Amino acid sequence: MSNHGAPSSGLWSWITTVDHKKIAVLYALSALFFFFLGGVEAMIMRTQLIVSNNDFITARTYNAMVTMHGTTMIFLVVMPLSAAFFNFLVPLMIGARDVAFPRLNALSFWIFLFGGLLLNFGFLINEAPRGGWFGYANLTSIQYTPDLSADFWAMGLQVVGLASLIASINFFVTILNMRCKGMTLLKMPMFIWTTLVTQILLFLSLPVITVALVMITFDRHFGTGFFNPGTGGSVVLWQHLFWVFGHPEVYILILPAMGIVSEILATFSRKPLFGYSVMVYSSCAIGFLGFAVWAHHMFTTGMGPWATIFFTAATMLIAVPTGVKIFNWISTVWGGRIQFTTASLYGLSFVAMFTLGGLSGIMHSSQPIDTQHQDTYFVVAHFHYVLYGGAVMGLFGGIFYWFPKVTGRLLHEGMGKVQFWLFMIGFNVTFFPMHFLGVQGMPRRNYTYAADMGWDLWNVVATLGAYMTAVGGLLFFFNLFYSLKKGAVASADPWDGRTLEWSIPSPPPEYNFGIEPEVKVLDDFWAQKYDDKGTKKPSPAAPKYDPKAIHMPNPSYWPIALAAGITLGAAGFFLRDIGLYVSLLGVAVILISSYGWAYEEA
Amino acid sequence: MSAHIVTNTGVDNRKFAMWTLIGSECFLFGTLITNYMINRHRSVGGPTGPEIFDINLTTLSTFDLLISSVAMAMAVYYCKHKKLRAMQWSLAAVLLFGLFFLGFQWYEFHHFLSLGLGLSTNIFGASFYILTGCHGAHVAVGCLIIGTLLVRSLIQGEKWFDYDVVETCGLYWHFVDVIWIIIFTVVYLFVYI
Repeated sequence: MSNHGAPSSGLWSWITTVDHKKIAVLYALSALFFFFLGGVEAMIMRTQLIVSNNDFITARTYNAMVTMHGTTMIFLVVMPLSAAFFNFLVPLMIGARDVAFPRLNALSFWIFLFGGLLLNFGFLINEAPRGGWFGYANLTSIQYTPDLSADFWAMGLQVVGLASLIASINFFVTILNMRCKGMTLLKMPMFIWTTLVTQILLFLSLPVITVALVMITFDRHFGTGFFNPGTGGSVVLWQHLFWVFGHPEVYILILPAMGIVSEILATFSRKPLFGYSVMVYSSCAIGFLGFAVWAHHMFTTGMGPWATIFFTAATMLIAVPTGVKIFNWISTVWGGRIQFTTASLYGLSFVAMFTLGGLSGIMHSSQPIDTQHQDTYFVVAHFHYVLYGGAVMGLFGGIFYWFPKVTGRLLHEGMGKVQFWLFMIGFNVTFFPMHFLGVQGMPRRNYTYAADMGWDLWNVVATLGAYMTAVGGLLFFFNLFYSLKKGAVASADPWDGRTLEWSIPSPPPEYNFGIEPEVKVLDDFWAQKYDDKGTKKPSPAAPKYDPKAIHMPNPSYWPIALAAGITLGAAGFFLRDIGLYVSLLGVAVILISSYGWAYEEA
Repeated sequence: MSAHIVTNTGVDNRKFAMWTLIGSECFLFGTLITNYMINRHRSVGGPTGPEIFDINLTTLSTFDLLISSVAMAMAVYYCKHKKLRAMQWSLAAVLLFGLFFLGFQWYEFHHFLSLGLGLSTNIFGASFYILTGCHGAHVAVGCLIIGTLLVRSLIQGEKWFDYDVVETCGLYWHFVDVIWIIIFTVVYLFVYI
């Protein structure tokens, strides 16, 4: 059964779509919407901190901002933006027509979107989460947070985590099972490798936070006391559970960006990626060691010398594969004919900024130094260098690089470069001074500070840098709208790329590949275009095929129905009187949609 | 939906996804079991395991779940050899033993409640209920899946012989069973050491 009768545009086609390319666009648009929200939250915080003893916002509002900025940027921006790239690129790069489970893919997106809205719902009733993105016990206990804000946080994250879990299984199966003929594991593009490792980290670390969030919910609603020392529970247990998830999560955020940057730097240096197989092994090593370093977030909890030594050593060890990667990127660029497009500027800045963030990270592996830096702005500076200077810059590079493939139009390069420099300078002006503030002892997460501490100058500088970044962000949104309407029309292969997605039209047809590709070497598309000496081969005639003969999965409305049921089930925990009934209604919707799904012809 | 796609590994996509989910579930139950191990001696009041466990009853329910796995293996075997009636009887047995197990658990929880061990009584009870309750929820979902398979097979008869689906559901059932063996050892038998 094929879907030639189904509409290909209009709102209903987006709601029922199971096409991985449309789902990618939905992920990206939602992530950019949340990026705007998270950015506004950051600006409100920096405005509050521009002078000492400021009363721009209250302490309560500041706590909500600090919590929701972190939660939003991690779970609702970087993860879904990475998921947008997984969705769009995985089938295209491995030469497949879609992911292994197209309807599950749609389900992941809708669960994510509803979960994201659930997380932010607290703002509407002035009960936004205020316990920090890490939700440390016992800040989230019923005693210290009697209102609903911690429930919004716990259930919102639970729902968003479910979306990531389903998506990770889907992509894991897709990459290992759906590769085109000839694409053995070591002929997969680097981005596919980092994606694969990311999925493993996701489906192994998410269950831990799932259990932890269930425990919080039980503590709050059923009085279990897992994190209440009064009944024999332990607040440090929460930290362990959170960081067993939380540290792999850090690599979940950075590995996709590493893959994107590997593709960008190879393309714009017109050289193959240096040390491809070593890069693959480094990614796997990072994934493996990523599970053995969580307690370096907890050096000040008093774990005892043996645990401290182990986690210090493991943390130092994980810098080795990371350092290998940095040298490989430098060697990729070295001696290449570098084209300074916006995408390559982002890619190059990723390497520089990530290295700076990595260096301050190494400092934290040493327990005595870490104890001095704990809860100061030094840590804020460190993780913004890796997550913003690293992950976000890499993802923006990916947006500029693949935008023509997604939409058929190029983003405006001039505006892109202005935005890049606004981001790059604004970012460094904001976060570099935070190193100084940190070693001068300024504590993070506090809504204000005293005037006589000597922190005033660098706080003004940091806030001005943040405003600069905001201008860059607005320019980016303008560039998006402008280029969608008036951008230069892109050819199939505007950057002279190396991977399979550039071998098909921009934007790609629904079935991706008219004839399923066959791969012989790494960077096969490049080898088709150029011989060993780098001279261009004559391009072969386009093969003939019948698009009508290609079977594609049918659109389905069951994914969005099932996602709505799951969200209803979770929302029952916010409603005091009718909550149980709402949850039961959610369960009923889940059951009906599951059976509708199972009996539907895909 | 039963169309078989050629895959790189030769393993059906759904079966591969089930193995992946099982990997993920290992970490889920691993976390819950670790939590129980940490907390089982930390209660400050109320009854704990050694005082209330009835090892005879739990051994019986464990045996019941093990037998259900035998029936599941038979269902997969008969599905492979296209013996419809035998497969349906085996699936019915799996469902029955699964429901028995849930009945045992219902009785056990009820009994413990009457002995004064509620969800919020002490940290032992909280950790015990969250671990065994999570496992019970998995058995319940398994019963729902097996019941659906059975009904579908009864309606569609010979037309419906989807070996990959039955085997995938079998994987899930066996996994839930294996997890119970670990829980039985850690929760009920460690009392004696």
